[in-house]
Amino acid sequence: MIFKIAWRNIGRNKRRTLLTAASIFFAVFFSCVMTSINRGVFDKMIDDSVTSNVGYIQIHKKGFWDDQVINNAMVYDQQWKQELAAIDKVQTVIPRLQSAAMISFGKITKNVLVTGIDPAAENKLTNISNRVVDGEYLNADDQAVLIGEGLAKKLKATIGDTLILLSQGYRGVNAAQVYPIKGIVSFGVPALSSGMVYMPLAAAQYFYGANNLTTAVVLDVAGKEDVEEVLPPLYAKLDTNNTYEVMAWQEMIPDILNLKQTKDSSNKVVTIILYFIVGFGIFGTILMMTRERQYEFGVLLSIGMKRGQLAASVWIETLLLGLLGAVVGIALAYGLAYYLMVNPIVMQGEMAEAYTKFGMDPVMPASVALDIFWEQALTVLTITTLIALYPAFVIFRLQPVTAMRS
Amino acid sequence: MNIVTVQQAQKTYNPDKIPVHALQGVDLTIEQGEFTALVGPSGSGKTTLLNAIGGLDLLTAGKIIINNQDIATFSDSELIEFRKQNIGFVFQAYNLIPVFTAKENVEFVMLLQGKSEQERDTRVRELLTAVGLADQIDRRPSELSGGQQQRVAVARALASKPQFILADEPTANLDSKSTADLLDIMLELNQKENITFLFSTHDQRVIDRARRVVTLEDGKIISDERVS
Ligand SMILES: Nc1ncnc2c1ncn2[C@@H]1O[C@H](COP(=O)(O)OP(=O)(O)OP(=O)(O)O)[C@@H](O)[C@H]1O
Ligand SMILES: [Mg+2]
Repeated sequence: MIFKIAWRNIGRNKRRTLLTAASIFFAVFFSCVMTSINRGVFDKMIDDSVTSNVGYIQIHKKGFWDDQVINNAMVYDQQWKQELAAIDKVQTVIPRLQSAAMISFGKITKNVLVTGIDPAAENKLTNISNRVVDGEYLNADDQAVLIGEGLAKKLKATIGDTLILLSQGYRGVNAAQVYPIKGIVSFGVPALSSGMVYMPLAAAQYFYGANNLTTAVVLDVAGKEDVEEVLPPLYAKLDTNNTYEVMAWQEMIPDILNLKQTKDSSNKVVTIILYFIVGFGIFGTILMMTRERQYEFGVLLSIGMKRGQLAASVWIETLLLGLLGAVVGIALAYGLAYYLMVNPIVMQGEMAEAYTKFGMDPVMPASVALDIFWEQALTVLTITTLIALYPAFVIFRLQPVTAMRS
Repeated sequence: MNIVTVQQAQKTYNPDKIPVHALQGVDLTIEQGEFTALVGPSGSGKTTLLNAIGGLDLLTAGKIIINNQDIATFSDSELIEFRKQNIGFVFQAYNLIPVFTAKENVEFVMLLQGKSEQERDTRVRELLTAVGLADQIDRRPSELSGGQQQRVAVARALASKPQFILADEPTANLDSKSTADLLDIMLELNQKENITFLFSTHDQRVIDRARRVVTLEDGKIISDERVS
């Protein structure tokens, strides 16, 4: 009955209902889509850098992350590898030996980052073999390199060409070798790969005079959820006070996470302002409605309706008014978000360039994570409930006689 | 049997500012089955007295006793409950819930009382038939004339089977035909079902049909006549 009054009252002033629902629809739709795209973009960004680069967990010699030089390498042998692989939830153990070098071909010389990899293990994490656009992927015992597409262009080198690598090896030994190009990898954006050189771990260890050493060991797990399970046994096993540092993905991509946080809070501000405006609009409507119905409230209280019942009915009415807009807004926003997840917006021009400079695909996918939409529904619920406090307040203080005198 | 006893009722509005002495010592008893008109010039205290009897407003001094209970002893929510069980109200205008049909308006009070659907249905039909609106059952107030609306209001006031009905100028907004019709119905209910009515009015045609006329002036009863 209480619900019935509320429901009927919704239809009482169609213009009012429509306007209110429309303003809520607008706020909900806009907030949902904005949040969804923001979430989608950052999820992708994080996912990209985690799964194609840093991985979920890395182990280094203590101090390596802040000073990424070959002298901060650590011993990595079969026994350790097996111990790490034995930790529950660890799927793959991926060793890397990474250091800077100079590369030359013909008259051209470039600074590059050489990464010694276990070709099979690395491929499980980053799927890099799929990125080979020319030539072939590496085998563990190759004495050859894989270079980035961008680098190949700069050097004007191609498959089979022999490159000279120069560097300073472990503890200052001289490192100088020649390697043929076995394959060329593309990361979509040439700029991204203009300084990339991969070679098998054994070859890199030999080149740098760093037998049995790696600069990083990546532990791959199925997803973010597993990270928390792997960390405790890992900490138990490793002496992280003196010898090792263990880093989870969050620590390795602080820039992205910071950017995400900044963006999140600026979106929050926009949302709050939006809801404030809409909320005040609705408040005005409800204020007027309460005034208009003073007499009616008086009659209802006189004939025996309880104040609580009356207040509840007005609350439900306000809520329905809000939900009407919210449900439509969420439904349409979800639809749009879903579409944008499947067909992300592809950016053009400067925006695209900026994205690629940061090593990202110039696309804006959307997220359909349900909590985005729930949050908006809850917000509307909260706002309408807060607004309904006003008529409730009036109803609880209303003297039927006074209300009906006007 | 006395259902309402008013003892030395006094009501002063704005006691702190410019006091208005709306009731100045009213004594009145209403018995079961009465059909009583409360008359008097504008501002004489009719509405004030009806509101006090209906428990809608408090007296400054004096007592209202209904069914041997002093209503001043009730809390706000007890009073609402008491009104719901014992008193039916008909107001001057805009009595009905605009979004409900005639049937739903009458049913509403019974819903508040938690009556079963079957009981509600029977009684709604019975009451709307009694007030001559059996065929307008699904109309909303906006689709009914003022007279019809007041008849629905009377039906609603009766729905909870109250001890008596208070009506403050129920015909004030009605034309003479509607006034006569409403009076017919009220009288019939009074005679056939022994329902007690206490109503205020300015309308001589209504006064003429009352069986007791209580006249107020300046917050005092100046005459109380029974017509046979
Ligand atoms: N809430 C109030 N505050 C102050 N004065 C009031 C209030 N209600 C009524 N009065 C005053 O009390 C007196 C009695 O008013 P009441 O409404 O009872 O008269 P009435 O007989 O019903 O008049 P009418 O025939 O015009 O309806 C009047 O002088 C009126 O101005
Ligand atoms: Mg009056």
